[in-house]
Amino acid sequence: MQQLVDQLIQEGYFEGVPKDFVYTGFMVLVALLVLSFFVAPLAGITSWLERRVWARIQSRVGPNRVGPQGILQWLADGIKNLLKEDIIPTAADKRLFALAPYVVFVGFFATFVVIPFGSQLIVADLNIGILYLLAITSLVVVGILMAGWSSNNKWSLLGGMRSAAQIVSYEIPAGLALLTIVFAAGTLSMQGIIKAQGWAPWDWLLFYNPFTFAAFFLYFTAALAEGNRTPFDIPEAESELVAGYVTEYSGMRFLFFFFAEWGNLYVIGAIATTLFLGGWQIPPITDHPVLVGILQFIVFFLKAYLWVFVAMWVRGTLPRVRVDQLMSLCWKYMVPLSFICLLGTAAWMVIWPQGNRVASFVMFLIGVAILGLFFRRVRFQIRHAQPVLYWKPYI
Amino acid sequence: MDETLHTEGEGFHTEDMTISMGPQHPSTHGVLRFVVKTDGEVMREAIPDVGYLHRSIEKIGEKVTWHGYVPYTDRADYLAAMFANQGFCMAAEKLAGIEVARRGEFCRVIACELNRIASHLIAVGTFGQDIGAITPFIHALRERETINDLMEEICGARLTYNYIRIGGVGYDITPGTCDRITQFLDHFEPIVDEYNRLLSYNKIFIERLAHVTPITREDAFQYNIVGPNLRACGLKWDIRRDIPYSVYPELEFNIPVGTGEKGTLGDCYDRYMVRMEEMQESCKILRQCLKTLPKGPAIAKVARKFKPPAGEVYIRIESARGDMGFYVVSDGSEYPYRVRIRTGSFTAMSIIDKISRGIMVADLVALIASLDVDAPEIDR
Repeated sequence: MQQLVDQLIQEGYFEGVPKDFVYTGFMVLVALLVLSFFVAPLAGITSWLERRVWARIQSRVGPNRVGPQGILQWLADGIKNLLKEDIIPTAADKRLFALAPYVVFVGFFATFVVIPFGSQLIVADLNIGILYLLAITSLVVVGILMAGWSSNNKWSLLGGMRSAAQIVSYEIPAGLALLTIVFAAGTLSMQGIIKAQGWAPWDWLLFYNPFTFAAFFLYFTAALAEGNRTPFDIPEAESELVAGYVTEYSGMRFLFFFFAEWGNLYVIGAIATTLFLGGWQIPPITDHPVLVGILQFIVFFLKAYLWVFVAMWVRGTLPRVRVDQLMSLCWKYMVPLSFICLLGTAAWMVIWPQGNRVASFVMFLIGVAILGLFFRRVRFQIRHAQPVLYWKPYI
Repeated sequence: MDETLHTEGEGFHTEDMTISMGPQHPSTHGVLRFVVKTDGEVMREAIPDVGYLHRSIEKIGEKVTWHGYVPYTDRADYLAAMFANQGFCMAAEKLAGIEVARRGEFCRVIACELNRIASHLIAVGTFGQDIGAITPFIHALRERETINDLMEEICGARLTYNYIRIGGVGYDITPGTCDRITQFLDHFEPIVDEYNRLLSYNKIFIERLAHVTPITREDAFQYNIVGPNLRACGLKWDIRRDIPYSVYPELEFNIPVGTGEKGTLGDCYDRYMVRMEEMQESCKILRQCLKTLPKGPAIAKVARKFKPPAGEVYIRIESARGDMGFYVVSDGSEYPYRVRIRTGSFTAMSIIDKISRGIMVADLVALIASLDVDAPEIDR
């Protein structure tokens, strides 16, 4: 890589440009390319998976024609949307209208910079990783407001306004929940937080104390709301606002919003994994650097995708809340609760500066018990949902 | 959600936003239109604008023969086509003084109750979808598909049946179909519980519907609310019991009424629950009918050139959307002189403007869905 750049400089392609600039530029370019080739299929496959999971929940089949099990459906959809006419309404603010999808996209795409896929696999391990994350995800709301305003459509405007209120409100509980972890880990860097945890579940920050345990659920709920996911998908509530801020969009611009939404789903899972679930930590079974890297990536990916699946599951099950209920949930319950988590963790650290292993282990057992009860309940529902009558199985 | 939310800043001009909701809007169940005035998210008024699905069904009645008009009545309310069939046929029979074949009456009740279940499934399914839960809608349609299959077996059509004829029914119900209906009921009754667990007792769902747009009994009388919407106000009024027709007096069934269990009496949740319970009652009726299905012909002998004596008649039946009335005038000719259809959805539309003031836009969607208004039935 460096040789190639050196060669290009010697051949005089970058006359008069400082050498450092060229190196940095190439590094950014390569990182962007790698991320693009990772993020685009990721968001696409997430969209396919969501449709499949959703279909199974609704006792349908889902897309299964393009590729094995329909896994290439996202590619076909992408091509279809690329070929579609890109309509910009005459009354729209054309520049903002055209720009909005990309602002939303950048807001989600830039988060991938600080997501640690492995101990070596991170674009930039910023020492202010979490602050960067909070800042950059706020960009999404700007894009959505732009889309809502510039469409010159009242439904879009309502959707945009709802979204702005929602995202700005829910950043507070999400941010406070993240701060709880920052307290416990003592660092803002993503890699630092993962290094503060171990591979074993009871070493995760999720089970650090009861407050971080609660903070995890607060974070996940707030993140769903920030990502405009059901049950908080009021900005694009199709039964109320037609399609919210995307009403006037078509073709590839339309797809970019959903690209961001599905990609964002993975980001939610990745952040939850990094902060609460031990990130890429694996048990020390091998020293081979490549093998370790692959294992770390797989572990991280699976943990993150588990939460993507949970988000899909929630979407397939729950109705949507109303705007005022959404706000009262945030300001009356989640913000005070996340403050309690923050203060509780601070107090815990004063009492047990090194953490309390016994408490962690007990928390872990409680977590397992909750999970067991939950799955028992799910199995009960499945058993009851069994007798389905199909007279025409070929339909 | 009162006047205080309407902020008029000093020296700051604010205006209500006028939005046209429909005729192409995902939650208006067909082609309804509301001219909605909102203050941000809060509704100021919602004026229903009907007539986008007008097909002059009443006028067509004057131009076709008595027998030939039956398929047109299907289209009056295509989600519950069987009831309009029955209403018109009962009017014609009453005019001509025809005794309906007894087995035909039972076949009618079976078909109507199956259709009531199908229609209520659509109602509660789309209700869930309007609230944002998509899965219950698909599950409801899955069950409705089975009913459609049954209907196909009974009369060959899946949506607009043309099954009930003057004097009885077009085709007899075979023993095999009876078995299948029983099989369906065995399957469907537990499904209602599953549906309850998935949607009815969901915390978010209850929060969204409880206390939302309650209709008082006085309002219900003044605006002529009928059917499940009226029963949700706590009034036990069902044409099947109070102005009995067909073989309903011989059948045992309860009339579910709204109880205000989660909120106010007559709110959206009551309207929803009444429909859920009515489906179970329909299952009971179906079981009784299948048990006591008499032998004999399914249709009485009716002249092909049907000419009832001059006169007029008004028939009321309990459709899935409430009191459906057929006012039919005959001048003794081959064609009806006048057919007038009175439907429940039309009157239900008129109350929306009154009770939707001050609620949220999202609640308006819930209100429309809870009244189960059906565009074809409004316009006819």
